[in-house]
Amino acid sequence: MAGRRILIAKPGLDGHDRGAKIVARALRDAGFEVIYSGLRQTPQMVAAAAVQEDVKAVGLSILSGAHNALLPEITQLLAEQGADDILVFAGGIIPDQDIETLKEAGVDAVFLPGTNTQDIVDYLNDRLG
Amino acid sequence: MAIKDPPKPVEIADEKKPSVYTDEALAILSAAREGWETSARQAFEKRPPWKGDFTTVSSMDVPHLVTAEQTADIDPLREIGVPGEFPFTRGIHPSGYRGRAWTMRQFAGFGTATDTNERFKYLLEHGQHGLSVAFHLPTLYGYDSDHEMAKGEVGKCGVAIDTLADMEVLFDGIPLNEVTTSMTINSTAPILLAMYLAVAEQQGVDIRRDVSGTLQNDILKEYIAQKEYIFPPRPSMRLITDQFAFASEHVPRWNTISISGYHIREAGSTALQELAFTLRDGVEYVQYGIDAGLDVDDFAPRLSFFFNSHNDFFEEIAKFRAARRVWATVMRERFDTQRPRSSMCRFHTQTAGCSLTAQQPYNNVVRTTVQALAAVLGGTQSLHTNALDETLALPTEENARIALRTQQILAHESGVINTIDPLGGSYFVEEMTRRMVDGTFEYFRQIDELGGMVEAIEAGYPQREIMDAAFRYQRALETGEKKMVGVNDFVLEEEEPLETLYISDDLAVEQVAQLSRTRESRDAGAVGRTLDALKKGAAAEENTMPLILDCVRAYCSVGEISDALRDVYGAYEEPAVF
Repeated sequence: MAGRRILIAKPGLDGHDRGAKIVARALRDAGFEVIYSGLRQTPQMVAAAAVQEDVKAVGLSILSGAHNALLPEITQLLAEQGADDILVFAGGIIPDQDIETLKEAGVDAVFLPGTNTQDIVDYLNDRLG
Repeated sequence: MAIKDPPKPVEIADEKKPSVYTDEALAILSAAREGWETSARQAFEKRPPWKGDFTTVSSMDVPHLVTAEQTADIDPLREIGVPGEFPFTRGIHPSGYRGRAWTMRQFAGFGTATDTNERFKYLLEHGQHGLSVAFHLPTLYGYDSDHEMAKGEVGKCGVAIDTLADMEVLFDGIPLNEVTTSMTINSTAPILLAMYLAVAEQQGVDIRRDVSGTLQNDILKEYIAQKEYIFPPRPSMRLITDQFAFASEHVPRWNTISISGYHIREAGSTALQELAFTLRDGVEYVQYGIDAGLDVDDFAPRLSFFFNSHNDFFEEIAKFRAARRVWATVMRERFDTQRPRSSMCRFHTQTAGCSLTAQQPYNNVVRTTVQALAAVLGGTQSLHTNALDETLALPTEENARIALRTQQILAHESGVINTIDPLGGSYFVEEMTRRMVDGTFEYFRQIDELGGMVEAIEAGYPQREIMDAAFRYQRALETGEKKMVGVNDFVLEEEEPLETLYISDDLAVEQVAQLSRTRESRDAGAVGRTLDALKKGAAAEENTMPLILDCVRAYCSVGEISDALRDVYGAYEEPAVF
């Protein structure tokens, strides 16, 4: 089970948690151990929780437009804490033009509106082995 | 698969059941219905139903046919009535849309106050009637643009407002005695109302006589669905009753609250849950107002509502009609209101953002049209139609214009405004309306058993109901039981990307510089004095509204005023469950 522990987090001020909670439930139902951060998490809080909980992956849900500021900071903080082996993926409203930049900053995958939760399950099964 | 069957209508003994039909007529109708049932069965033997699930988008069962017999016990006077009279099922105005069409009110706000001021003027020039302000997240949460939590958020989801100086720019050249303004603001509502009144003062407008608008100010649905809360529920309720008392005396044309189902629906509720939780929130505000010593007939006429209009056409129309009947009934029976206006459910509608798809986004214009038509046939007082690109970004000017044009086509070309409540008396619509009414009263009973809505929220009850419905809907989409065109069926392999509005991170620098200039030029002594007075008043029983007005006039920022209140009331955190 320890190999399948995931943190789902809501960075920034965005309170839209329908997607985060649906993904959290779907991953739990697919056999992952899921920790949900709750709302209004700073990058420091997300990185600290990921390290302390020893998760294999962090899913970041963000719909407010603050992704360019917050997501690279999270990957950087993870790297600084020697935790860059933690897989970081994101979902929400993210313009196409920002996806490449986020990937260069260490976000492994970005899931956009309309994604089937099974695709996220398959992705994690594939990446986490 | 039915998510939740509405409870069966209460059975009244036959001899008491009022009916517009004689017993003989009912017997004839009954025989006709039986005849139809036989022929329908035979038809299905030849060709079975083409899908297994004929339910609404909320998974409410839909009858195959409703006949006169089935609706014979709906009282045409006491339950349906005429427009402008209790229980207002057919509308609150005797003149319908002939006296005045609905107010076309497009929600707008992005970037700095200057950017949004330009958009407001553009929308007014193109025939919009009233303004509706979207604030950025830091303003909604009571943080200034230079706060750590504001990083990356400045001007993104709405306009950045830190101090009165920004508000002056936002309404520059817009006379506040001529437009009405709706502000989507909740935890920090008293601060933004104070800023609006301060700008009106500067314009020399007679506030008592000429200022009109709406604050969302519905904190209960923040805990339930949208999650933009700052303080715990009870002090938040006190700030709201302070505004009820202040506005009924000083700004009598102001709607102090817009009790909102919109966000509850967006969070994934069913139509019935949206209706029931919203109206039960309304009951809670009325009870708190009465408990704070206010006369219900003083503040109830200024309560307004805000609903979502989703894809399922008749379910939505039934919901709107039921909203009026339930509210009228509950205000008269539970609170013994005397003024007719106290029991009128006046509402704004926004088409469903969550129904829009990023895939094949031009299809969203069609969805929005159907949803807007349902709102109009449901008798809405004002309407926002979403732009086709709103699932991707804030709308571009062109897409915002198409959204407004959608309403103008309905109002001026479709002819649906010519008669009042054209669907009134439809067997199906009246039956669905009744199911909505009965289902709402059943939810009221459950919430009353929990001790009230504040207690139900503290127990996580509405939150769980909504989350469960959201998850079931997602499952229904993923199994293909429910279809979303372009998402799980009729998919295009390749799509052209849509040009969207891009808000640069650079504007945060500009906004923070503006805030610093305001901080340097204001009277520091007045800032300290007014904030201290607010803390003292908030800790005591004093009405906080005049104290917040003093802070605002001294150019205290949204963050500073919110921090003063945080010192007194503390901050709320919800348990992180999913």
